[in-house]
Amino acid sequence: MSVDDRTRDEMLAAVPSLRAFAVSLCGNVDRADDLVQEALMRALANIDSFRPGSNMSAWLFTILRNHFRSEYRKRRREVEDPDGWHAQTLSSQPEQQPHMEFEELREALKKLPEAQREALILVGASGFSCEEAAEICGCAVGTIKSRVSRARRHLASLLSITDASDLAPDLRQVG
Amino acid sequence: MTKQENRKPATANAPVQPLAGLDRDIQLRIGDNLRAMYDDIVKQGVPDRFANLLAQLDDRRADEKESDDT
Repeated sequence: MSVDDRTRDEMLAAVPSLRAFAVSLCGNVDRADDLVQEALMRALANIDSFRPGSNMSAWLFTILRNHFRSEYRKRRREVEDPDGWHAQTLSSQPEQQPHMEFEELREALKKLPEAQREALILVGASGFSCEEAAEICGCAVGTIKSRVSRARRHLASLLSITDASDLAPDLRQVG
Repeated sequence: MTKQENRKPATANAPVQPLAGLDRDIQLRIGDNLRAMYDDIVKQGVPDRFANLLAQLDDRRADEKESDDT
């Protein structure tokens, strides 16, 4: 296996965003890190199919996304862990209060169809263009655009129902 | 005449659509929060396990080179 310095640096540079994407796909930091590790291993094993100079980040996202689709979806049904996200997030950010709106947003995101969720994250958070997102998801640009706008509308309706005053009480169940 | 100061009628160039207001606010907030939530993870940088994983490649490569040289 031969990986030059530049390729390795590009892979490293993509890791933080790759993790954030993985977390939003599987909803759990530990599993997300496993997913990232597996994606990196796959990428390294297939490094010859990466064209130097092309978009490393998009390539890794594609690998991770496809791997998640084939492996993790099955597994997630078996070991649903709705509290994992929360616990992990709290332990990894000791100084930061959990954002109320994040909690609400996370819950709403979980209710989106997976295709909508990944499109929204790729375009709305990862900063990919619709064209890049289409490549990552293996679909048409128009499909991405409509998924993103449906996801936004969907989220807006989910969030406006539980808006404002509904936020606080659920988080006070500790102890 | 000092009334010349009021040359721009305020109402004429205000193409605000109040109907879209609430939905727009929600969309902006969703966008901001989505990015903030995502960036919380991004800011954690590269965990050691991944830095180590890729560093191993360097070691392996160095080994290969050494054996090439000899």
